[in-house]
Amino acid sequence: MKKILSRGVGAVVLALGVAAPLLAAAASKSTPAEPAALPVVHATLSSPPHVPPPTGRKQPAKVIVELEVVEKVMPISEGVSYTFWTFGGTVPGSFIRVRQGDTVEFHLKNHPRSKMPHNIDLHGVTGPGGGAASSFTAPGHESQFTFKALNEGIYVYHCATAPVGMHVANGMYGLILVEPPEGLPKVDHEYYVMQGDFYTTGKYREKGLQPFDMDKAIDERPTYVLFNGAEGALTGDKAMSAKVGETVRLYVGNGGPNLVSSFHVIGAIFDQVRFEGGTAVQKNVQTTLIPAGGAAIVTFTARVPGSYVLVDHSIFRAFNKGALAILKVDGQEDKRIYSGKELDAVYLGDRSQPNLESVSVATQAAAAGTLTVQDQVNAGKSLFAGTCSVCHQADGAGLPGVFPPLAKSDFLAADVARAMRAVLHGLNGKVTVNGHEYDSVMPPMTQLNDDEVANILTYVLNSWGNPGGRVASDDVKKQRAIAPAPAKPAH
Amino acid sequence: MRRLHALGRATALAVALAAATMAATMAAATSASTAVAYRTVEVGRFESVLPQGNVPTASAPVDVAPFALREAPVTVAEFAAFVAAHPEWRRDRVPVVFAERRRYLSDWRAPLVPDAPPHSPVVNVSWYAARAYCASEGARLPTWLEWEAAAAADETRRDARADPAWRARILAWYERPTPDPLPDVGGAPNAWGVRDLHGLVWEWVDDFNALFIAGDSRTQGDPDLLRFCGAGAINIVDRDSYAVLMRIALLSSLDAADGTPNLGFRCAKSL
Repeated sequence: MKKILSRGVGAVVLALGVAAPLLAAAASKSTPAEPAALPVVHATLSSPPHVPPPTGRKQPAKVIVELEVVEKVMPISEGVSYTFWTFGGTVPGSFIRVRQGDTVEFHLKNHPRSKMPHNIDLHGVTGPGGGAASSFTAPGHESQFTFKALNEGIYVYHCATAPVGMHVANGMYGLILVEPPEGLPKVDHEYYVMQGDFYTTGKYREKGLQPFDMDKAIDERPTYVLFNGAEGALTGDKAMSAKVGETVRLYVGNGGPNLVSSFHVIGAIFDQVRFEGGTAVQKNVQTTLIPAGGAAIVTFTARVPGSYVLVDHSIFRAFNKGALAILKVDGQEDKRIYSGKELDAVYLGDRSQPNLESVSVATQAAAAGTLTVQDQVNAGKSLFAGTCSVCHQADGAGLPGVFPPLAKSDFLAADVARAMRAVLHGLNGKVTVNGHEYDSVMPPMTQLNDDEVANILTYVLNSWGNPGGRVASDDVKKQRAIAPAPAKPAH
Repeated sequence: MRRLHALGRATALAVALAAATMAATMAAATSASTAVAYRTVEVGRFESVLPQGNVPTASAPVDVAPFALREAPVTVAEFAAFVAAHPEWRRDRVPVVFAERRRYLSDWRAPLVPDAPPHSPVVNVSWYAARAYCASEGARLPTWLEWEAAAAADETRRDARADPAWRARILAWYERPTPDPLPDVGGAPNAWGVRDLHGLVWEWVDDFNALFIAGDSRTQGDPDLLRFCGAGAINIVDRDSYAVLMRIALLSSLDAADGTPNLGFRCAKSL
C-alpha cells in the first residue's frame, strides 16, 4: 500500500510540474524513520546448497536485499521437467544472511516475462503478513519494504499470493538466517538444504513436461518429495562434501507445502540441533522433525569417510519419491570408530540361534561337577536345532536318499565313537543306514567345542528310539585327537 | 482500500490534468470503428467465482446483460494504427500518469514502429491506453463479469467450467513461460464465436480496480477488508475456480498505468 500511495504522490507532483523540493518533501514523509548512521550493505545472496559467508559485522547495518522472482522450466527428475516459480532462479530460493538488529530494505522484483504476480512472506519479519501485503508485485515490477530483524534464528520465507499452496508447491520458498549479534561458532562447511513436496499430473518419473496437479496437492499425495527441488540435486557430482575431522553445519528448511520432514542423516548423529530453528540446542539427535514452513540448524563432525545419505525418514519418500541427498566425506579411515566389514558368514535364521540358556546351564553344571544326562540332553537339543537339524531334520528322520536318519539309527548304535568322529571331522562317501545307502558330504563341525559335541550326541542317543547312553566331553576330546577318518570309512 | 485510492486518483487526474487529451480521443472514436468483428454474448444468469451477493464468502448467481465482445484481442498492427492516428498515445508523448514510461510499448522499435508480428496481440499497454483504444472503436473495455462469462465457454458449450479438461487447458497456459514473440491472434472460436480468451495473453477489464485480492491472500475474511472492499472479497467457493482466481490475482496486482509483456486487451459494446 505504501508503494501505491507514494507512487500516487509522485505522479501528481510530476504531472503538475511542481518543483523538485516539494517532491523530496513528499517522498521523505512516507519514508520510515531510520537511523541515518547505519552503514549500508548489499546482501550477498547464494544459490543452494551454498551459504553466504558470515556477515562478520559487530554492528547493525542497513542491508539491501534484492531478490528476483523468475518463472522457469527446470528438470525435476531425469527426463522430467516442471515449471518452477522461483525466488532467484533456484529451488529453494536464494539464501539470505543478515545479523540481528539489522534494518533490511527488501526489494522484490518480478521478472517481466512472469505470468503471475508474486509476493514474499518472511517468517523472520515482525509485522502483518511477514511482508506479504507490502510486496505484492505484478510482472515487470518491483516492490520495496523495510523491516528490522528483531529475532535471531533460521527462518523460512515463501510466496503468499493466491493460491498460496500452488505458489509454494511450485518452489517459492527459501531460508533467511538472522545471525545472533556475536555470530555463529565457526565451522568448516555450511550447506543449505530444503525439502519440498511436488505434485505432478504424471506418475513419479513419468517423462516430459509435467503440469501441477491441484487435486493431488489438496489431497496431500505428492508425486515427489525432494531436497533442493530436483532428484539428483545433491547426489553424484553435486553431492556436498567434507573431510574427516571437519565440522559441518546444515541449514535445513522445509518448504512443504504439505509434509513435515523426519530429517535424518544415515550414519551420522547430529552433535547439536537447533530444532525448529529456535535458540534451544538439543544434543545427540538421530532424527529431527522439521515442520512445513520451519527450519533447523544441525551440526556434526565428519569422523568416518564415506557417503552419508540425507533422507526424510518417512522412508518411502526417500526411496520412492526422491528425498535423498549425499554428503561425501573423504579422508583417513578410523577403525577404532568404525571397522568396516569384518565378517561375511552364512546365517541360517532362527535355526542358528541355540537356546543359550540351556547351553549355559550345562556349561555351569559341568564346571561345578554336577552335570546330569538331562542337562546334556537339554543343551544338546538346543544346539542340535541350531546346527544339525538343517540336514538331519528336527525329528532326526533325515531326508530319504540325501541325508541319513539319526532316529533309530543302526549306524549310530553300532559305533558311538565313529559318530563323534563324523561330527568332528566330517563324513564323506557311501554309508548304509537302516538298510539304505547314502552318498553325500557332511562337513566337519569345527565350530563346536567338546562340550557341545558331547551334549548333541547325548541328546541324539536319548531321542527317537535310539538306545540311550551318554557321551562325555573327555570322550570327544580323545576322538578329536585321532586323525580324520579315511575318505571311505569301512562299513 | 488501495483500490479506492486508485480510482479516486484516476478520476481526478482525468478531469483536472488531461481533459484535452481525453476529449481528442473521444472525438476520434466514431471514425475508427470499421470492420472489426464483435460477437454477441447472451449469458443470462451466471455464477461468478467472485461473490456477488450480500454474503461476501458465498457465491450468488447474477444476470449478465447481453453484450458484444470483440472476437479477438487488439493486435499490434491495430494498435500501431491507433497510435499513428492519436499521437498523444505515443510512448514518448503519453503522460506518465496514463502509462509507465519504462514499460508502455517498450518492446517497440520506435514510438510508431512495433517490433512484434503485426497480428500478435498488443501488450505492454496501460489500462488508460486500452480504454482510449476501445473508445476509438466506439466501444469500451468489458467488465470482469462480462469477460468471465464469455470465457466460461469452450468450443461447444457456453459454460464448460464443470469439465476438468476446461480447467486443465487454462492451467496449461499458466505453466508455460511466455513465448517471444507471442503467437498471432486467431485461436479456435468458443461457443460464442470469441477467440483467444484463454491461452494467449492476460486481458485488461474495465473494473479491474474493483477486483480485490489482498496482496497477502491469506487475509481473506479479515473483517476490515470485508467492510471496505466487500464486493471483492475473494473466497474459493469451488475448489476448481482457482484457475480463474489466478487471473483475478494478476489483474489485482496492477495499477492502471502498468503494463506487462503478457497483458493485452479486447473491447466490448453494450447492446
